[in-house]
Amino acid sequence: MRSRVLACTACHGKEGRATPGGYFPRIAGKPAGYLYNQLLNFRDGRRSYPQMSRLLEHLTDDYLREIAGYFAALELPYAPAAPAPASQALIERGRQLVRHGDEGRKIPACVQCHGDAMTGVAPFVPGLLGLSRDYVGSQLGAWQTGQRRAQAPDCMAEIARQLTVEDVGAVSAWLAAQAVPGQGKPAMSFKGELSMPCGSVRPPHASAPAAGREAR
Amino acid sequence: MNAARVLLGWAAGCVVLAAAVGGGVAALNRLDEAALPADEAALPATPGAIARGEYLARAGNCMSCHTRQGGPAYAGGRAIDTPFGAVHASNLTPDDATGIGLWSAGEFWRALHNGRSRDGRLLYPAFPYPSYTHITRADSDAIYAYLRSLPPVEQPNRPHALRFPFNTQAALAAWRALFFRPGVLPEQPARSAEWNRGAYLVLGLGHCAACHTPRNALGAPRADAAFRGGLIPVQNWYAPALTSPHEAAVGAWPVEDAVALLKTGVSPQATVSGPMAEVVFRSLQYLDDADLRAIVLYLRSLPQEDGPAPPAARPSGAVMEKGRDIYRQQCAQCHGEQGEGRRGAFPALAGNRAVLLADTTNLVQVVLQGGYLPATAGNPRPHGMPPFTQSLRDEEIASVLSYIRNAWGNEAAKVDTIDVYRARERRGS
Repeated sequence: MRSRVLACTACHGKEGRATPGGYFPRIAGKPAGYLYNQLLNFRDGRRSYPQMSRLLEHLTDDYLREIAGYFAALELPYAPAAPAPASQALIERGRQLVRHGDEGRKIPACVQCHGDAMTGVAPFVPGLLGLSRDYVGSQLGAWQTGQRRAQAPDCMAEIARQLTVEDVGAVSAWLAAQAVPGQGKPAMSFKGELSMPCGSVRPPHASAPAAGREAR
Repeated sequence: MNAARVLLGWAAGCVVLAAAVGGGVAALNRLDEAALPADEAALPATPGAIARGEYLARAGNCMSCHTRQGGPAYAGGRAIDTPFGAVHASNLTPDDATGIGLWSAGEFWRALHNGRSRDGRLLYPAFPYPSYTHITRADSDAIYAYLRSLPPVEQPNRPHALRFPFNTQAALAAWRALFFRPGVLPEQPARSAEWNRGAYLVLGLGHCAACHTPRNALGAPRADAAFRGGLIPVQNWYAPALTSPHEAAVGAWPVEDAVALLKTGVSPQATVSGPMAEVVFRSLQYLDDADLRAIVLYLRSLPQEDGPAPPAARPSGAVMEKGRDIYRQQCAQCHGEQGEGRRGAFPALAGNRAVLLADTTNLVQVVLQGGYLPATAGNPRPHGMPPFTQSLRDEEIASVLSYIRNAWGNEAAKVDTIDVYRARERRGS
């Protein structure tokens, strides 16, 4: 399998371990369902990144699931966090939003869905640590503008639209400065109820918005 | 007095001429087109007809254009970019309001055969009816039965985005009068049934000429250059000549290898990339072996040209050295120190005719975009190449390609930075 995914690791780092210094996100060790959903999203146009879409254009669901599983199963050490220069006030605002959200503005705490340790919840919710500030910031921005979408109901799009530019800067600065605990392993279940319905948190086959494309 | 009479005569002449040309164009646009019966009996949509129609729709690769990325199958919406603007493929599901729910089998046949829509309007030849006109009425009816069996999807058609004057019916009528003649392919009795089947699939449903035959300035396939290869405009991939052993002719290959390429996307001699990967992925892999063999048999019978290679400007020693350094860093891991590749995984570059093509567009595209081979039933877990659009500069790509085209016994023209720049610009990446 390793040689079959060399097309991925050229950008996502050796064995899918991109560092927080670069832009491309690490994919090694991310939950399999999350990775699979993202591969489908790129192929089917819900996420917009031409290089990814073109690479995946002619790949089947089965093969994408296998690729996702391969990277999810990799256990590789994380590089130390790379804190970006940011004011103490901004960092504190980021911590506050991630840990507690902002009920008045209908912003749930990130940890509610992404796990207390923010290493994600298997198999569908990704971890938020070990990523570059630029990557996290631009993903939140992409959700605000509709450049990044997920299966409906698109919970992250709804949440991201509640965030101001300053919120996005604060959250991404704080997350990028955190060390990754416990080898970044995702939690196995949610602690409580999800704060809102999420289309990507369910078996992908139950949703399959591209039904009818039996060619895949 | 005299002058006025002459002027009047000229004017009258012009009017007569215009009327004659207009009448001629109109007549040419009605060739081989009988009036549709008003009360056409509905065709019996037997399971057999539907299954046959599905197979034929695969052979015609209808779904590729008539489905937008990630959208419902056959509901249309994909933009087909042409030098004259974008044509948006229509909804082929049997929805009454937005699809072909109200179409009769005769109207469907008229669209394929005559390029005329249900409402009488002329259709744009981005819908490849210059090829589909060769389809038999029976096959048209089967495809119709299949499309009618799909779940209806309500998705309004997007208006085309063509520039003036190409967006007018008059321009289209003139184009058709010049370049389009409807007609089912006549059987060639001197040839075998297999050859005739191959011709039918290649020239008709498969519409191979849409890419592999070069087009003239008005976008019409050149009748004098069938299958001699051409740049697919806007998409910016070169469809290699099916008539040249230096490009994509399969005359010298074992038939099995050519069948394998069409069915799985890989063969010992070549792999598919760019738009051909899509054709294999969505269309050819579903054809049965008898049809694929017929296609190959027909392709092998095309007139072959084996002209001498044009004189080529070779890269300098400095470029070769620079290219070799980049090759060792970026390419050798998969393609091998000697360009020998790895069997079953990564193609050899030494002696690879896709590497040596006189037109370097595809080569540049592959390096910029990377790509996976299509995941087919015969090759379900393909290997892929990463995109280098962000990690290599134009000059570096030119150097490494110049090196690859002139190392290990390869001999071909150098690639200049401007070639890479142009490919990048046209692709917008």
